[in-house]
Amino acid sequence: MQSSIVKKVLMALSGIFLMFFLLQHLTINLTSLIPDDGKTFNAISHFMGYNPIVQFILQPILIFGVCFHFIMGFILEYQNRKARNKKYIYHKTNSSWISKNMIITGLVILAFLALHFYDFWIPEMEYKYINYEVSDPTKYFHELKEKFYGATYRTAIYCISFILLGMHLNHGLSSSFQSIGVTKSRDKLLRAVAYIYSFGISLGFIAIAIFHYFTH
Amino acid sequence: MDLLLKIWRQKNKTEKGGVQNYRIKNIEPDMSFLEMLDVLNQQLINEGDDPIAFDHDCREGICGSCSLVINGAPHGPDKGTTTCQLHMRKFKSGDTIYIEPFRSSSFPVIKDLVVDRSAFDRIQQAGGYVSINTSGNTVDANATPIPKPDADEAFKSAACIGCGACVAACKNSSAMLFVGAKVSQYAHLPQGKVERNERVINMVDQMDKEGFGSCTNTGACEAHCPKDISLDNIVRLNQEYLKSKIL
Repeated sequence: MQSSIVKKVLMALSGIFLMFFLLQHLTINLTSLIPDDGKTFNAISHFMGYNPIVQFILQPILIFGVCFHFIMGFILEYQNRKARNKKYIYHKTNSSWISKNMIITGLVILAFLALHFYDFWIPEMEYKYINYEVSDPTKYFHELKEKFYGATYRTAIYCISFILLGMHLNHGLSSSFQSIGVTKSRDKLLRAVAYIYSFGISLGFIAIAIFHYFTH
Repeated sequence: MDLLLKIWRQKNKTEKGGVQNYRIKNIEPDMSFLEMLDVLNQQLINEGDDPIAFDHDCREGICGSCSLVINGAPHGPDKGTTTCQLHMRKFKSGDTIYIEPFRSSSFPVIKDLVVDRSAFDRIQQAGGYVSINTSGNTVDANATPIPKPDADEAFKSAACIGCGACVAACKNSSAMLFVGAKVSQYAHLPQGKVERNERVINMVDQMDKEGFGSCTNTGACEAHCPKDISLDNIVRLNQEYLKSKIL
């Protein structure tokens, strides 16, 4: 764990794991766009919410993965800043803004996660494990609608966060493959996959938020 | 050419430095950048001032001694070129040129534009070599058959002159392009196989001890490398390190 390469590899692996989670999350959320009064979305959400493997094995792994990725990101950022003790008076760089500012997009995602947990995850945990309320397999679609319909500020914050999430993923995906020694981050195929994935995730979540903002 | 130079001056390691302005006239476009600094230094000596300290040796782009961050770019605006091979024709009369030392916590400024790059020497000493039997039975390197693609790849990595521009360009002061090149040049050759595992582990450990940052794949090192060392070397460094740790 002391080696800079090991830290980078762990950062990359936790990032790849979170990318799979995001893809799964988007796939489930896209079912809320199916015109069946939320039946499919409710069924999948209820399964995810009450399946013991998902709840007591996968969910803790996911939370660990998220925390690990953030903590390791902060450690690496701290070490990297220490390595460059003085800035240039005049600095010109060919690197993209995204690649140089992963910590900024990461912090926005962290703030967004706090809001997202406050909106959905904490009420769900309260409902199930604190108040021990009877499960309602039809509530999920309704809750989603309630949060977004006409909620301009929330929808705007979510959409801005999804744009920054897309930017973070774009560099993160190509960068992670370089860190684990597969291929360089400028590889054309890898760049294409990174663009398709990051745009897909970002636009997919934005489309869902905007759809529920306008439709009741 | 008449130029305004904004040059970093610093008396020694401990004193705080700053930028000083110098006006220089009648510079020939065919002069090299270092020759232009020689002219300025002669001017300063004639005026009784302290000349500007800067590193240089071969002035042929092969020794890796010259450094300088010129207008924000290590080795200046010309791609794939060292400072000593940069010519004044790349600038226009009336230009303002910023000249700073390479910046990194691991490359402390000794004086003005000269930085201490001995951290690279210590990384090399940690494993950047092959052990050869010199007892009289030395095998001629040319007697060992090496596939042409492997030899070419090794040669591309060996083109690294260890100037430190990668560290200077990287926002994290990462030395991974340098270490990657030094590990790769031996990883491709049969002579490097014997110490392969120890080499990468020891060199990376030393790199971390020296306080260099880690690679965040911005690609700035590759873009500013005067020898066009590719990011592929960092990929290979990661591969070699992981293989050595796991296998």
